[in-house]
Amino acid sequence: MSEKIIQMEKVSKWFGDFQALKDIDLEVAQKQKIVVCGPSGSGKSTLIRCINRLEEHQQGKIVIDGIELSENTKNIEQVRAEVGMVFQQFNLFPHLSILDNCTLAPIWVKKIPKLKAEELALKQLESVKITDQAKKFPGQLSGGQQQRAALARALCMEPKIMLFDEPTSALDPEMIKEVLDAMVDLAKAGMTMIVVTHEMGFAKEVADEIIFMDEGMIVERANTEDFFANPKNERTKLFLSQIL
Amino acid sequence: MIKIINLLGTPSREKFSLFVPIGIFLFSLGLIDVTLNSLFDVNITSFFPRGLNYFTPLIFGFLGLYYLRIEFSGNKMLDKLNININSNWFNSILTLLIIFVLIQNIPPLLNWLIIDANFVGTTKKDCSDSGACWIFIKIWFPRLMYGLYPNAELWRINTSFIMLITLVVALFYIPIKLKKYLIIFLIFVFPFIMFNLIHGGNFGLVWVETTAWGGLSLTFIISVFALILCFPIGMFLALGRRSSAPVTRYASIGFIEFWRGVPLITVLFMASVMFPMFLPDGVYMDKLFRVIIAITLFEAAYMAEVIRGGLQALPRGQYDAAKSLGMGYWRLHLLVILPQALKLVIPGIANTFLALVKDTPLILVVGLLELVGMIDMAKTNPDWLGFATEGYVFAGILFWIICFNMSRYSQRLEEKYKTDR
Repeated sequence: MSEKIIQMEKVSKWFGDFQALKDIDLEVAQKQKIVVCGPSGSGKSTLIRCINRLEEHQQGKIVIDGIELSENTKNIEQVRAEVGMVFQQFNLFPHLSILDNCTLAPIWVKKIPKLKAEELALKQLESVKITDQAKKFPGQLSGGQQQRAALARALCMEPKIMLFDEPTSALDPEMIKEVLDAMVDLAKAGMTMIVVTHEMGFAKEVADEIIFMDEGMIVERANTEDFFANPKNERTKLFLSQIL
Repeated sequence: MIKIINLLGTPSREKFSLFVPIGIFLFSLGLIDVTLNSLFDVNITSFFPRGLNYFTPLIFGFLGLYYLRIEFSGNKMLDKLNININSNWFNSILTLLIIFVLIQNIPPLLNWLIIDANFVGTTKKDCSDSGACWIFIKIWFPRLMYGLYPNAELWRINTSFIMLITLVVALFYIPIKLKKYLIIFLIFVFPFIMFNLIHGGNFGLVWVETTAWGGLSLTFIISVFALILCFPIGMFLALGRRSSAPVTRYASIGFIEFWRGVPLITVLFMASVMFPMFLPDGVYMDKLFRVIIAITLFEAAYMAEVIRGGLQALPRGQYDAAKSLGMGYWRLHLLVILPQALKLVIPGIANTFLALVKDTPLILVVGLLELVGMIDMAKTNPDWLGFATEGYVFAGILFWIICFNMSRYSQRLEEKYKTDR
């Protein structure tokens, strides 16, 4: 078994009185691809947002690539530089061109010289097939192009782990495929990925393991074939019968 | 009433050639009546009873516009006029009233401002009573611009303002690479050069007391310094008010609410009268500095709230995205949040800046004489009593030109940074 890059032990998280995560234990090995699914409000997004500490967990321990997430801001920034994230709403910076979106963090966070950062950015934009949009602003692109640009922007930081928070939920059906294709390419290149998604086709094609969450708990974790062929938990069966 | 008007039938396209001439005739009659009445004191409708002839222009005009109101007349110009200024009886009356007010007021105004005004001469006696006396402005012009600054040293003020304008204009034309250095120079270095040049006292320049500064140049000096200073302070206050650290947050809230809660005029009195009492013995701070600092802090509080509005308008996703790329607090704000927030609130920032420029005349209450203060002084000069109107009109025009240009500039900025689509 290869090295564990994400380790979560007994992680709990509350929003006010509402407990969003309940004693989550999760280990992810390098190069593993995990799809997280579950009904809305089950804590999927909160789970992956805890991994790069966009949300603070109040109990338990999260260790990412040997760095423990705590109040220490230096640790947090270090972790965030290693963990890329793609959001449902793209969240590109509208005041910058696509190329500048991609080079901003490498230049200012990783202190890479501008020319080299641009070279890297063009390479990443090439890999998601939107090199010709580099000079445009986010508002001029279609949803699918924006999401691929957001993916390229995250990849420009050369992360070890990529988190996807429902990357295709805000897209028109015909644009979903172009984003998923880019994600499949990325998976084939050997990236460690945690994907929150409802795209079961994608899950079947790419995921090593699938996690089913409900009410802030991991209800079931199984490798992909088992998960779809013979789910063990009743809740999982119900969920699968509804979406498949 | 309607029946009488409709004697000729409802205005319609079929009878275009009947109604349009009648409409134009009656409408022109109304205009001619008003014009003759107000300009030449001739009343062509004096044969009507007294109460009625007062309203004759309005009645003629109203009837004329009624006959002209032909829907889909086929004449493009007439249709356009009908839609815009003559769509129903109420709008037609408004149109008439506005036209009448303009006819009544513009000619006398022009008369006073230009036609009957006096431009040639050197003393009060060269002015007639009928028009404006611009000689007053002409004679006092250097004082209105430079205050009591010594005549021999005026080149220093001129030079510094020419430099300022040149640098600002250059900002638009130099390549982007050099631009940021120029901006840094303009904000952090140039104010000191300008200040030193005007104040003097070294490099062989004669020392000029700040009490001698005045006129429009003082308006500009105060505005420029307060603008440059209040912007960053406001920015930090806005960030402070949204900070998660309680000390920073409450300090910012307290500061902002204090300065927003007091009138500028009391702040100025405090700065000029009360503040020196709190200084230790032997420490002296120039009154002008105190006033600039007071105005700066006052406007910074408003600026902070404007900028906070922009910060609040940004979606949380922008923060998430920047954080997920590993940016810390300052990089996140300087590179991602503030550029967008400031762009959003350019109109609000322009508003605050305009208010600042127009607040500067208040400093006359503490004895600093900028443009309006100098006019106050000039109009009470025994040789030039009675020209307050000219002075204030002049000041009004100058302030309008300055503020209008600032407003235009802010619109250009808005246009320039519009990248949404």
